[in-house]
Amino acid sequence: MSARELVAAVRDPELPLVTIEELGILRGVAERDGRVTVRITPTYSGCPAMDAIRADIEAALDAGGYHDIEVDTDLAEAWTTDWITDEGLAKLAAAGVAPPARGAAVTLTLTVRCPRCGSPDTEELSRFGATACKALRRCRACREPFERVKAI
Amino acid sequence: MSKDFARVLALGDDALIAAQRLAEWCSRAPEMEEDIALANIALDQLGAARLFLTYAGELEGRGRDEDDLAYLRDDGEFRNALLVELDNGDFAVTIGKLLFLAIYQRLAYQRLSAGPDARLAGIAAKARKESAYHAEHAALWTVRLGDGTDESHRRMQAAVDALWPYTHELFEGDVDGNLVALREPWLAEITAVLDEATLTRPADGWAPSGGRRGVHTEELSKLLAEMQVLHRAHPGATW
Repeated sequence: MSARELVAAVRDPELPLVTIEELGILRGVAERDGRVTVRITPTYSGCPAMDAIRADIEAALDAGGYHDIEVDTDLAEAWTTDWITDEGLAKLAAAGVAPPARGAAVTLTLTVRCPRCGSPDTEELSRFGATACKALRRCRACREPFERVKAI
Repeated sequence: MSKDFARVLALGDDALIAAQRLAEWCSRAPEMEEDIALANIALDQLGAARLFLTYAGELEGRGRDEDDLAYLRDDGEFRNALLVELDNGDFAVTIGKLLFLAIYQRLAYQRLSAGPDARLAGIAAKARKESAYHAEHAALWTVRLGDGTDESHRRMQAAVDALWPYTHELFEGDVDGNLVALREPWLAEITAVLDEATLTRPADGWAPSGGRRGVHTEELSKLLAEMQVLHRAHPGATW
């Protein structure tokens, strides 16, 4: 497998149903004279998963026969939920995590459908969920609590 | 201390000390959702602090990294504004501090993100979006408490009154060239929130400062004692 394929298959430790490529945090993989340079960007400044992602990338490349590895963190431009691929959004929804709205500003309120029963009658319990990138919601129709990736 | 180093250090120290104070609420907040929210906001602040302090260390050019700057400086070497180091007080004081800080940070980061320093602009552009969430969260609580019961109104007003003098320092000096200009848009946003919360904007008067010169309150010394004790007892410890 190419270095890019190996890195693109690494899963996010907090949202293991999607890969780092689907999440839009993989910004580039370059190979030069046997050295692989990977660029990643954090979802949030304080994302504690960054160290784990870095280690997972190095492990994946190492197992694939690439031993000279550099993982750089790239801040500009800042990650946005718009970078989550369509496939990533579909996987999030299928796993019961409501995906963020496309191109939504923080202040814009859009209908969030329950990922389980599909009802649009849902309410926000907290802007801040189990991880920095998710909010906590509840469906008023089926009463199921669920998480949603916050638009940023 | 070079001007650039001092400027980035102040940004990093504001975020670091705010993170440490907010983290004190972990497992103590009035409800579980709020516990998670404050911890998440603390984490955002810590993330920004790490990026700013790493950059500050590079600007200084003496080989200090983020850990050296966070754990091995004494109180007189910190450059955060006094507002962020003040004790958390009751929940209203914590929310008041966050409201004043988050709106200030969002405006300051907005400016920096369009500034000439590309590294700083990258950090600020990222942190600005997070600050918008922090400001909104604090504003929602300010309105809920201010426009709530007699007791919550009384406490929120008392918090705003007690903290107001410390907000002046955020806009003083040339930490970011022309921070003074940010006070007007800050005041406009704060006034709108206070109005909706049926709270009275305090009159300007006493304006304590000194944080940007390393003159701090005793409260910072105690915060640092707790934050730094492990690293100082076991230098370089990891887990």
